[in-house]
Amino acid sequence: MTTLTSVARVEAYALGRAVPIATRRHLQVSDRPLVFVPLGMAGEANAPLACLVGDTPASPTLLVVPQPRNRDLRFAFAAQLADVVLSYVDSFTTAMDLVKDKAVFTDAPQLVVANPAAVEFTRLLGRSTRFRRADGPYPVDPAVPLLGRWLTWFADATERPGSSVTIALTDALAQIWATGQSALEDANLAALMGWIEPWDGLTGQQAAAQAEDPALWPPAGPATDPDFDERVLAGLIKSYDLASDGDERTRAEATIAAALRSQLEPTWRLMWRAVELLRSVEPASTVERRWLRDRQTFTTQVEYWRDGGAPQPRVDHAVRAAQRLAWLERDLDEFTVERALDDPLAMAEYRLSGEAFVGRVISVDATRVDTSGKRRKPRPLVVLATRDPVRLEPGTTVRSAARPGQDCRVISVAPLPAAPAEPANGAAPDVFVPMAVTLELVSGMGRALTPAPGSVPEVDDELCYSALVTNAGVQPKFPSREETPWTHGGPPVSPEVDLPTVDDAVEDWS
Amino acid sequence: MTDVEERLRRIRGGGEGKRHNARTISALTSNPGCTRRAVADLAGVDKLALSRHVGFPGQFGQSPFAITRGQQFEAQVKADGCAELITLLREHLMLSLPEVSYEDLNDVGGNTDNRLRHLETRNKLGRRDEPGTLFDHPMLTLDVAGRQVFLEPDLIAFQVKGKFHIVEIKSFAVIDGQADGAKVAAAAIQSAVYVLALRDLVTAQGMSPDDVSHNVILVTPKDFSNRPMVTFVDVRKQLTVLRRQLSRLTRVEELLDLVPDGLSLSLDNDPHDVTFDLGSIEARYMPQCLNTCELARFCRHEAQGSTYAMGRTVTEELGGVQTVTDVLDLARGVLPPTPEQAEAAALLRLAWSIRRESLGNAA
Repeated sequence: MTTLTSVARVEAYALGRAVPIATRRHLQVSDRPLVFVPLGMAGEANAPLACLVGDTPASPTLLVVPQPRNRDLRFAFAAQLADVVLSYVDSFTTAMDLVKDKAVFTDAPQLVVANPAAVEFTRLLGRSTRFRRADGPYPVDPAVPLLGRWLTWFADATERPGSSVTIALTDALAQIWATGQSALEDANLAALMGWIEPWDGLTGQQAAAQAEDPALWPPAGPATDPDFDERVLAGLIKSYDLASDGDERTRAEATIAAALRSQLEPTWRLMWRAVELLRSVEPASTVERRWLRDRQTFTTQVEYWRDGGAPQPRVDHAVRAAQRLAWLERDLDEFTVERALDDPLAMAEYRLSGEAFVGRVISVDATRVDTSGKRRKPRPLVVLATRDPVRLEPGTTVRSAARPGQDCRVISVAPLPAAPAEPANGAAPDVFVPMAVTLELVSGMGRALTPAPGSVPEVDDELCYSALVTNAGVQPKFPSREETPWTHGGPPVSPEVDLPTVDDAVEDWS
Repeated sequence: MTDVEERLRRIRGGGEGKRHNARTISALTSNPGCTRRAVADLAGVDKLALSRHVGFPGQFGQSPFAITRGQQFEAQVKADGCAELITLLREHLMLSLPEVSYEDLNDVGGNTDNRLRHLETRNKLGRRDEPGTLFDHPMLTLDVAGRQVFLEPDLIAFQVKGKFHIVEIKSFAVIDGQADGAKVAAAAIQSAVYVLALRDLVTAQGMSPDDVSHNVILVTPKDFSNRPMVTFVDVRKQLTVLRRQLSRLTRVEELLDLVPDGLSLSLDNDPHDVTFDLGSIEARYMPQCLNTCELARFCRHEAQGSTYAMGRTVTEELGGVQTVTDVLDLARGVLPPTPEQAEAAALLRLAWSIRRESLGNAA
């Protein structure tokens, strides 16, 4: 939470409608995402109860476990889900592009769920299925362990900043819109959507209040409405358990399916509407590049498993964990900077904190030359006038998104002797102190002593400079697994330690 | 004392009153500045029923499936004098426990009176001659706002060689050594409440508070199975938080001074009157209350138009300005700020102007 989003929340409250806190979307929205609405049985570690899943709004597949405590029924559910998920994933493995001499699938799958809890559910469902085996004791459908691998892959992707492989809608929407309620209340998808697009002429407040009534808007899952469990589901499951013959059981199952469908369908429609909303926001310029990274990750994963690679381990070993952390940090760094450079509202945060500013060029000394060193270097000076609360130390390197590849050094930040014009809106001068920022251009001017034409800003140019630069530094080198240092537990005792064992396959699934 | 009890009794509208449990204490300490909750809890008001009475029903239902699962797991672990639990303690704690006895303190010869049970608990736990004993349902008390309250005896105290451990049985799964963070946190703070109460008890018996371990024994299902496993949870941090928060609670006498005489939250009274009386006790609403307090929706409604209804951090980020109207007026520069608001106003005007400008750039 920052001052700007807090101001936006206040604005939304007064308007009775959500307001934008981003001018672009910073994620990819697939033309054909796989929307997945899982429900789990309350109190169990990860007992699927039902789900709606599919890649077209009109034809979801409903899968139901009439008695979630029954192990065989759970695996039957997993096998059915595997059918849908695996054929969806496979449909992206047909066409390839060449990117930097490497073949990459032209598109990647995208999983869309309602909220972070659904991501967690997906992760656990992946964990509980990926070590199963099609042979030996307790054999399962061969598709089940593959489903586990892909669900794990989808869930893990949410940890990578800037990845669009898996979208938790409440998070994705809250990146773009601020509501007039708390972040905690925004976790309810229906309430959040009620603020963004109030229905039936209601205000955001009123729509959100309606959305909190589970009788009108069943929860988006994976947890069900306790009241529904008590009044409806408990009795239906009991009838299923007590069914005396196959016919009666089939009828009981159909009743359970109908009841659960009624709980799932409002969320299904809401989720597709949310996908449309996200799609309607203009994508930022770097979305495509980040999606390419997702496509590359997807390609690597498909190839790894085609070549007989093992499922993801239960727990990463030390070297891999450290490596992964380094990657995540790099991605976060990059994503933070790219988002700010792509989106004036994201940059606004840095302007308010003084790490960036928008100013108008008021004077330029384009011919200035630094003669102090052995070689004479062009070092033009540019002075910008700004009303932003600049807090940049002299010596800081800054850049402008409009002039990529040109580093500038801050020489001084000082109050502007004579303000060019008082702010037109009558703002009091004590708030907006006009400042003069003097920058020295240090690169991006060509090789000659005279800067190349157009390489120096001109008077009256409006530019945004910030200290945000991607840390494209060298990645740290990591030892091989066999050389894990003693500080991190030493080399693994057995090379196979994190591979699935027969024990995993027979692990209880109560 | 009797005067206090009489007033608390009037507030709740007669009857026995609800007993405290570790959950209510941890919820109380999560918002120690809220007089409304403190008064209602000390008076033993049934807050869920009260919230319905005033037309803002709190949603604190638990699914029957979750209840069944919790009960089954607990019953399984405790079956045959906690046989499974004792096996676990032997295996995982590397303790040589030749004999562990089990003692249920649920009643005293059929009598379930709170005071009697508390006395019995004190007597039994004061004896340290046995090699190992599991005390089920001990009745503990805790000093809350200067008043001794009984705790719901939803725990096992495990005594081995004179040292006590709290055993918490929870039915959420620990998968590959990891569990839902929120659930572990809740379990830890609840266990800390029991550690604190048990320490009070042993100190009163002349023992050292260190005789009650800060390592709580958490028993949960392992991975996706029903097999129990044991994890030690160090609750020293929670104990510190809890002690500090409990000390911050206003004493019951002072709390009652803040409440109008004759105030009653009795469900027998007309809802309008109760709404008025409830509203006259000061609350300190924050969105997190929605997860912990049955009255939260009432308070949220009352807090409409405030910045803290959107979160305490929102208010902080807005320089402490409390109402939506003030924020907007200060930000637009149409409300001259008071001297205390000057700094906040400057921030808001900057934020507003940068926000408008950035939105304009996008268009």
